[in-house]
Amino acid sequence: MKILHCPLNGPRNIQEFAYGGEVAPLPAADASDGVWAGYVFLDENAAGVVREWWLHVASGYWFIAERDTTTDTVLRTYPPSGLSDADKRRDPR
Amino acid sequence: MPFGLLKYGFSKTYPARRILPPQQSLKPRYDVVIIGAGGHGLAAAYYLATRHGIADVAVLDKGYLGGGNTARNTAIIRANYLTPEGVAFYKESMELWRGLPDDFDLNILYSTRGHFTLAHTDAALRTARWRAEVNKHLGVESELVYPDEIARLCPQLDLSRDVRYPILGALHHPPGATARHDAVAWGYAEGAARRGVDIHQHTEVTGIHTENGRAIGVETTRGRIHCGKILQAVAGASSLVGRMAGLKLPVRTVPLQACVSTPLKPFLDPIIVSGCLHVYIWQTARGELVMGGAADPYPLYSTRSTLDFKEGLMAHILDLFPFLSEVRVNRQWAGMADMTPDFSPVMGLTPLRNYYIDSGWGAWGFKATPVCGLRMAECVATDRQPDLLTPFRLDRFDSFSQVGEKGAASVGH
Repeated sequence: MKILHCPLNGPRNIQEFAYGGEVAPLPAADASDGVWAGYVFLDENAAGVVREWWLHVASGYWFIAERDTTTDTVLRTYPPSGLSDADKRRDPR
Repeated sequence: MPFGLLKYGFSKTYPARRILPPQQSLKPRYDVVIIGAGGHGLAAAYYLATRHGIADVAVLDKGYLGGGNTARNTAIIRANYLTPEGVAFYKESMELWRGLPDDFDLNILYSTRGHFTLAHTDAALRTARWRAEVNKHLGVESELVYPDEIARLCPQLDLSRDVRYPILGALHHPPGATARHDAVAWGYAEGAARRGVDIHQHTEVTGIHTENGRAIGVETTRGRIHCGKILQAVAGASSLVGRMAGLKLPVRTVPLQACVSTPLKPFLDPIIVSGCLHVYIWQTARGELVMGGAADPYPLYSTRSTLDFKEGLMAHILDLFPFLSEVRVNRQWAGMADMTPDFSPVMGLTPLRNYYIDSGWGAWGFKATPVCGLRMAECVATDRQPDLLTPFRLDRFDSFSQVGEKGAASVGH
């Protein structure tokens, strides 16, 4: 059993969680279809340390995990408020 | 007897058959460089040489021939997909498969067994009926069958109603088959090498050279190669190689685990799949049960195995075949699958001129080996997207025209 540390609920079985995709800045509402398609469908899919959204399904709580995709280890988890303003607002256009 | 065998082994009268010529030195220039010496890359090289007269081709691999997902899949071949685009594509693949034993001087152990996709819910039954009608319309043999017919065709299944997920029906696909996966790579490699294609193993691509929006060469651990065209066919490493060419892909690399049991006497002819229970199972000619399930729940560049996977898989296999409870697992492994958002592959032209992609094969790449090789060779040779591959073009995501194939993925993902 693999344990994931939820910032709200503490250490829990990883089967209680759902992967929610890479942290990527949200495009502006009036961005082009191409930009939105890129946000929805394309992934960096990096080999190494990545930042991702995870959901604790039982409590409906979303948070951020830093995970190494080559070793299957989670380095750090924290609430979304820990994301920098740049991560939230940067406009990829 | 052991001495007789040893004598045979060393006898010059029966020299060992050499499939590939000794590794050549890397030439400074090739017409076409193919990155990835798996089934897909080798098939493309074979068809470039046989159908298009392009034999000045190098196939590069950072590991050894057929050592990636070609060696790690579960070798199931079928064409009973859900979308018309998918069915037409895999139908052509099955036609090519049946010709391969004649094309190669090698037995690929192609074995037609029949394929059952079990339905345990009304929703799964509706999808099975939908697939059967699409298949029949396009000339692929598929039929919705009910428990009485299943009992006749596969009496080993537990068809009782007193289980957690009773079997309500199944999509029966009689042409469903299996083949020796390694032999497919060897057959294509031998055929390509005999026609002048160079296969360079242990030659890792570390960079793609471009000039004015065109690919002009690759950097490798053994030196630089100039080339006219480049085809990338690297499965789980698609995003990493694509990034060298400046491409961001609709791909997540996710492990797909599988295992085999210890050998048993032959008892199971067909291939059995259950999307509801997330399992597929068939028995090899050696008697081993090949078993697989859903892909892992999150992306990872690793081929590790997990206990979670085996617990879930075994519980569900015992739902279908309770008498297997004493059987042991013999080997387990995983492959790094390149999953796409619409469960369909990505093939053809890219925004970079002279750079072609063969990717997004998730859990459905092995069965497409011949058709993908043939059509990607056509794409590279003519620099045009073949009609059969048009629905699977890379830029389909920009226009929100995905090919939704999730309903026909062999198991839920």
